[in-house]
Amino acid sequence: MSEDRLSRVFAALADPTRRDIVARLAVGDATVSQLAAPYNVSIQAVSKHLKVLEDAGLVTRSHDAQRRPRHLEADVFDMMTAWIERYRRQAEERYRRLDAVLASMDDDKSEPTINQGAAS
Amino acid sequence: MSTNATHEAATHQTTIEADPNLPTIRIIRDFDAPPEKVFRAWIDPDLVVQWLGPKSTEMRIDRWEARTGGNYRYVALQNGEEVAAFYGSFHEVRPSERLVQTFTWEGMPDGVSLETMTFEDLGNGRTRTIGLSVVDNLEARNAIMASGMDLGVNEGYEKLDALLAQG
Repeated sequence: MSEDRLSRVFAALADPTRRDIVARLAVGDATVSQLAAPYNVSIQAVSKHLKVLEDAGLVTRSHDAQRRPRHLEADVFDMMTAWIERYRRQAEERYRRLDAVLASMDDDKSEPTINQGAAS
Repeated sequence: MSTNATHEAATHQTTIEADPNLPTIRIIRDFDAPPEKVFRAWIDPDLVVQWLGPKSTEMRIDRWEARTGGNYRYVALQNGEEVAAFYGSFHEVRPSERLVQTFTWEGMPDGVSLETMTFEDLGNGRTRTIGLSVVDNLEARNAIMASGMDLGVNEGYEKLDALLAQG
């Protein structure tokens, strides 16, 4: 389920128009027609993009029944950042061990040891 | 949009880049050692076992032919028990510059990634390593990114867990 969620978010953001819509919603809530205005596409086309963003949990509709302005869910970005951060931290732990290995190595051993076959 | 996660201030923090459009992960990190030395730590099995395996596991190398056309296999051990095995080939070993490998986790034998590591000389005895992993599709890439979720569930990511519960 968690992987699914991440995949939906990534997939939703794979489209440049949707990324642009997200960038504009980051500034403030906007209605479908306001969002459609700068594009040379129909309101329906923009609605489709919004549907993908809504399914990914990136965008929600505000309660104003008349205008139904769309709202960006910033928490989802926090979640994605946390996800990537956790992955990054694992890589960082590995590379800190490598820092220690490098510090313990002789400097003057110019040729790399290329062992072949079993090693341990 | 940018999905970079970089830590401010510290010089040698690892940077991760996950492109929203491509099934890739890029890992960038600087080291206080010249390329020859960093490269050696990447291919000498006696050195590799000291750092490459995941945290809290021990690494046992079964096969390690670090030359162009060679192949490798290693096993991750936890309390003496095999928990995972990995294998692949050394597609290209270009000393101090470039290392290209395939990588497969035996638990998912149809999955293979192409790992290209570039060693960039920054001068003054420093090196930047750029690791590019290319996998089959975006779902596989995201699964790899999310695999960190299996580890360290008690690390205090309450906020993240709460968000996931909503989803």
